Amino acid sequence: MTATEEVENTRTQGATTLARASTVRGGAFGRTLVRHAVYALVAIVVLIVLTSALAGTGNTFLNYQLAMVCAYLCATAGLTFLTGINGQLSLGHGALMATGAYGAALTIRALADRGIEAVWAVFVALLVGVLAALVVGAVIGAAAARLRGPYLAGVTTVIAIVVPAITTTFDGIFKGDQGLSFVTPSPGAVPALLSNEEWQAYLGIGCAVLVMFLLANLISSRFGRQFRAVANDEVAAKLSGINIARTQVLAFVVSAGCAGLGGALMAAITQQAAPGAYSLTLSLYLLMAIVIGGLGSLAGAVWGALLLVALPDLSTRITDSLELSPDLAQKLDGNLALAIFGLFLIIVMIVAPGGIQGLVRRLSGRLSARRRSAGS
Amino acid sequence: MDKLLSLTFIGLSRGAVYSAFALALVLIWRAARIVNFAQGAMAVATAYAAYSVTKATDSYWLGFVAALVGGLVLGALVERGVMRFVDHSAPLNNVIVALGVVLVITAIVGMIYGNQFLPFEGPFDQRPLMVGGTGLLSPYDLFVLGTVLLIVVLLALLFTRTPVGLRMRASAFAPEVSRLLGVNVAGMLTLGWALAAAVGAVGGMLVIPTELGLHPHAMDLVFVSAFTAAVVGGLDSPVGAVIGGIFVGLVLTYSTGYIASDITPVAILVLLLVVLLVRPGGLFSTTAARHV
Repeated sequence: MTATEEVENTRTQGATTLARASTVRGGAFGRTLVRHAVYALVAIVVLIVLTSALAGTGNTFLNYQLAMVCAYLCATAGLTFLTGINGQLSLGHGALMATGAYGAALTIRALADRGIEAVWAVFVALLVGVLAALVVGAVIGAAAARLRGPYLAGVTTVIAIVVPAITTTFDGIFKGDQGLSFVTPSPGAVPALLSNEEWQAYLGIGCAVLVMFLLANLISSRFGRQFRAVANDEVAAKLSGINIARTQVLAFVVSAGCAGLGGALMAAITQQAAPGAYSLTLSLYLLMAIVIGGLGSLAGAVWGALLLVALPDLSTRITDSLELSPDLAQKLDGNLALAIFGLFLIIVMIVAPGGIQGLVRRLSGRLSARRRSAGS
Repeated sequence: MDKLLSLTFIGLSRGAVYSAFALALVLIWRAARIVNFAQGAMAVATAYAAYSVTKATDSYWLGFVAALVGGLVLGALVERGVMRFVDHSAPLNNVIVALGVVLVITAIVGMIYGNQFLPFEGPFDQRPLMVGGTGLLSPYDLFVLGTVLLIVVLLALLFTRTPVGLRMRASAFAPEVSRLLGVNVAGMLTLGWALAAAVGAVGGMLVIPTELGLHPHAMDLVFVSAFTAAVVGGLDSPVGAVIGGIFVGLVLTYSTGYIASDITPVAILVLLLVVLLVRPGGLFSTTAARHV
């Protein structure tokens, strides 16, 4: 192919992208917004019912786990947006979660020092966590927009390793390996009606649904198509008048904000922020969750968040049930989950790149095709 | 002045290890266009093999040989068993799969040996020899420098003076043509991975005695430093990797010596960002790689 042909070709590609974009404007977007709002409302209702049902079982740990799923979901949804939609690989989202967690922890501690332990302090803390992650995300994103493929992966790996290490470098503020611990304010006026775990679960549900709602709308908006266009073909996107660098930085900032909220939530739920929880392994876990869940769809992020809580729990149960010697049990603890995750990651990448969501979609497609052929 | 001199020698020895490790990354990048993010974990696995052999036979050198052989086998296994089946059309895919390999290896060594630090001694004294009142190089540093120099010379001879080296270069440069000329391109790829993993294993053997000990994550920071070294030199250039390794070793040693002892991670991040933002192709690159 000659150079002119190539340019011509990309130009037509760009034109089709634009044409496709213009047909889905106007009324369609309003309808999408309503549809997403209905989904969000249904999700909130279902999850609130689930929370009270779980509280009814008397096992408070279940609601803690639900809250953790919600915290992970904020981060995996953000990462799906960045990696799945915009095509930028980040191995540093654990570090962005750490930023959010430390932002929230420092805020809650600062407010508590001034005697403020009202419920709104939690919301302020979450907001500060998000803002901190937004700032860090903007800095990393500005660098990331100039990098591709393995270079971007390398830089974000460094970030994942460096940020937890910074807590030891500046241990005056961050208290080193030990981390910051605090008491998350909760609506203590009605302790009989609302247990601490239920309150955490409601907090998590609110944040996770908000993140999913905003991201779903962003993805199906005009900006969303720009993000996808940049991921699919940079040259065509540029010829269609999209500012590549700005789009990529924006995607990174949005994604960082989501991860920051996830981290801030995690800090509020576990009532501490310590570097051990935000190591490189967490970043790899997040990436693995969205790949296994299904890269490129928000539903995949939900599967991923569920896996992140369910699989370690399952592997602990397996090691507990085997009645091993304490030494062996200690070695298996955690490592078994790690091994399962790693194997899954490799197998899914090679055999089923669509992940769980891809399988679900294929299954439901086959079912509806069968129904159609049965009907005709 | 004494401090500068002794820091320089420490930095050289530290940089030599990064050079070896960066060289391993460059070997695979040139052969397969993959940055092997599992390099650090693979080196850790071979170091654990060496630990077991040394413990059983009471000989450091048998352990060293075990690590070398283990590296060759593990590299070939990872290429034949995993990497070969990855769809290479998107550059994300092989990074993600390599990370899967990291998780699996970390988990397996953790299950066998536990997650605590194990003592890992080098064969020579690590106290610096005193020359005119200044501590310069320790016998161990000399061993490190000598080993890395030997690796570099052997690799250079292999690639420029032997038929196998020529075939490896040919199959990386023009796979289709090489296949038509009767070169076993797939075999050369496996050999490239095996060689790189062996070099990485030696790098691990050299660096772990100077750190806290053997641990499933012992090579994380070394991998990151070596990646920085490879990027500083440009991922395509073996000479660049060696120089980049020495450069990174010196910069990190000076910054820990003059600024603060626990600043290493921050220094790596700053160095990597500066290099990537100023010269994304590395300091020794000649052509632009991307046009948009």
